[in-house]
Amino acid sequence: MTLQPNDRVAGVPESGIRKFFELAEERDDVISLGVGEPDFSTPWAARSAAIHSLEEGRTSYTSNRGMSDLRRLISDYSRRWDHEYDPETEVLVTTGASEAVDLALRTFVSPGDTVAIHQPNYISYQPGIEFAGGEPLGVTTTAADDFALTPAALAEAGAEEADLLVFCYPNNPTGAVMDADEIRAVAEFCVDNDIDVIADEIYAALTYDGDHTSIASMPGMRERTIVINGFSKAYAMTGLRLGYALGPAAAIESMNRVHQYTMLSAPTTAQYAAIEALRSCEDAVDEMAAEYNRRRRFVLSRFEEIGLDCFTARGAFYAFPECGGDDEAFAEDLLKEEGVAVVPGRVFGESGAGHLRVSYATSMRELKTAMNRIETFCRNR
Amino acid sequence: MDTKRELLSLLSTDARESTEDIARQLGVDPERVEALLDELEAEGTVRGYQAVVDWDNTDDQHVAAFVELNVELNRETGYEEIADRIARFSEVESLRLVSGDYDFAIEVTGDSMQDVSQFISNQIAPIPEITQTVTHFIMETYKEAGIDFGDRDGDDRLSVSP
Ligand SMILES: Cc1ncc(COP(=O)(O)O)c(C=O)c1O
Repeated sequence: MTLQPNDRVAGVPESGIRKFFELAEERDDVISLGVGEPDFSTPWAARSAAIHSLEEGRTSYTSNRGMSDLRRLISDYSRRWDHEYDPETEVLVTTGASEAVDLALRTFVSPGDTVAIHQPNYISYQPGIEFAGGEPLGVTTTAADDFALTPAALAEAGAEEADLLVFCYPNNPTGAVMDADEIRAVAEFCVDNDIDVIADEIYAALTYDGDHTSIASMPGMRERTIVINGFSKAYAMTGLRLGYALGPAAAIESMNRVHQYTMLSAPTTAQYAAIEALRSCEDAVDEMAAEYNRRRRFVLSRFEEIGLDCFTARGAFYAFPECGGDDEAFAEDLLKEEGVAVVPGRVFGESGAGHLRVSYATSMRELKTAMNRIETFCRNR
Repeated sequence: MDTKRELLSLLSTDARESTEDIARQLGVDPERVEALLDELEAEGTVRGYQAVVDWDNTDDQHVAAFVELNVELNRETGYEEIADRIARFSEVESLRLVSGDYDFAIEVTGDSMQDVSQFISNQIAPIPEITQTVTHFIMETYKEAGIDFGDRDGDDRLSVSP
């Protein structure tokens, strides 16, 4: 037979998101709370800079690591989270945070390495680990801990043996945020057990009622952490495909080895947009974050009124209520009966079972209607 | 942001939210929202609640003009006094003292261009301190009060995504 996928690829199942996407596409009256990207458009100043760069004919490759102005701005921007990364050697601009995650896994995972990953979690990590030849080790986080990762959970899963930890807070799908003390405890576990960390901080700017803490800023962590961030969420730039990795020079050099052969450089137009975004769109980000925060409180208070248990998600744009039963059946019935799409928690790992990922990256008007429909659905159930 | 500040910012995007929905979004009780609203109104921070109307979508005749006014002040009469006289006309929608080539920028509405012109020539121009008026009729409104009148709709996101 021709063109047979190799075992690694064949071994990765199709994403459970796909099924709900197809169900939701079947009807046109659906309000979707299943979307993992902002409902805002990229701030106009950034779009306008991208258009201008096109008008000027700036459509060639950039340097492998990204335009130097952009790396300098990223380095400056990152200081807000106590990061100090040299723009020349410690910043790598990538095609979305997605590429940065993939690069980090392919660069630092050796075949057979154990890669710990807290769950429920963003769906790309586990396949990424498998594509890289690593062995994923799921570490369960629970509603009782507000979905924070704890040293106890790490130990329980046997993560002392892990070579690497993929760490993502604020988290997709739970919306969980970890505070500095909780992160310090995880950092200590990593230092004690000599575990490197890939920290996906793409939702850092969407942290509410408090500020984001980066695990890389904890003692002993900088030298063992790759920080990943991007423009998709904070700047509503998903389709422009731009992200970046920060890390010690030698590690970034190694990631760039893969990047320079497989990607050459991140999209040039997007880099122009990102430069302008960092220069002038801080207010726009604050406004979007303020709006998400209002929606977050609205959704959480509606869940309380409806009687679905939901821990206080403090980041990203997701709430993760318990649905009291089979999440997949709940989500399917909710879609069929009330035309509201949510994503069953199990899609994000077994420990997400019994929960729903509810995205509030949707206008207040739609959220109100959707929450009313969920209320009706729960009443009739 | 404190709750009062946040309430203001919420009202300035949508003043028609119910008290209950505002309370949910701010994470406070409805009673607290009512109290804050009373406070904002009493202290004169919130001066009113209005719809942003695209009159072109109605059958009404609705004409609006921006008018530049130059004034000459004298010992007895300052900007405040002149502003007070102009503001009392219900035809005057807005009135601002501005920097630059002229002094006041006002917006005037009426049922027809003639209506507006007559109002300017009969009521505004004769005010002794006013030395010059320049009227700009509004031909098309593209954006008002932060709201874009262009109908670019379209949520083209995938309905379910990671
Ligand atoms: C946690 C997390 N990391 C990475 C990504 C992908 O980001 P990008 O668009 O920068 O590739 C997403 C998108 O949903 C995400 O939720």
